[in-house]
Amino acid sequence: MTSPVVLAAAASGGDLFVAQNVFFGVIALVMVVSALRCVTTSNVVHAALWLVLVLAGAAAQFILLGSEFVAVTQVLVYIGAIIVLFLFGIMLTKASMGDDDSVATEKRLMASLVAVLLAVVMGVALLDSYSDTRLVIDEPQRFGAVSDAIFSQYIVAFEAVSVLLLAALIGAIVVARKE
Amino acid sequence: MILNQFLLLAAVLFCIGVYGVLARRNGIMVLMSVEIILNSVNINLVAFGAFRDNVAGEVFALFVIAVAAAEVGIGLAIVLLIYRNRRSIDLTEADLLKG
Repeated sequence: MTSPVVLAAAASGGDLFVAQNVFFGVIALVMVVSALRCVTTSNVVHAALWLVLVLAGAAAQFILLGSEFVAVTQVLVYIGAIIVLFLFGIMLTKASMGDDDSVATEKRLMASLVAVLLAVVMGVALLDSYSDTRLVIDEPQRFGAVSDAIFSQYIVAFEAVSVLLLAALIGAIVVARKE
Repeated sequence: MILNQFLLLAAVLFCIGVYGVLARRNGIMVLMSVEIILNSVNINLVAFGAFRDNVAGEVFALFVIAVAAAEVGIGLAIVLLIYRNRRSIDLTEADLLKG
């Protein structure tokens, strides 16, 4: 799966690769730890704040992958809007319920079993199929190319998404409205 | 960088999200775990987009972000409604459809 371009780039920028890998490792560690804390902590507000770290880490990974536009959108939409929505939801529902007690132990055991099995299956499949496929980001994706693709090739999907957002907006108002 | 490090990170995050969905009883926590899952999928999409040098990965990641925003809005509205009706967002108590 190695094209000539990939081989040439791999031969040139060794230091860059090391730096990218170090950044990747640090960010990935932060993301995994915060995700674990997010799903295990009993305080819901803390969980939302751990989720911010996961989302910010994902934005950093997008920058590492050379797609700044997705990274910026991630920060704006997820950290800016969705987390605020979550915090409002937490406030409105007084969701301080301790969540983890009594019956939860068996459920937690089964859930971790499922998660670990899933991780093993996916890990083996990935290691089997992409064991050393190199990924070289020589230049970032241009904003223009992304918007060109959205407004030409994927215009139907784009319009469908805008209708979906409108429908979700109206639906949320209708569902949450007091009689 | 190799492609696999991103894919493995995404797989680990996905599994953590699945654990959250299965183990938590708080409705809002389940929604947050779904967000983790959607994010891991986004990492996969962008990584494959960068690998194939194709904008399709990014475009679909943007679509996923938009759909996730809609999903959170509706999901929180439903959780709010459950809270209003039952004074609790424990999903194990929401068993009205159970025969």
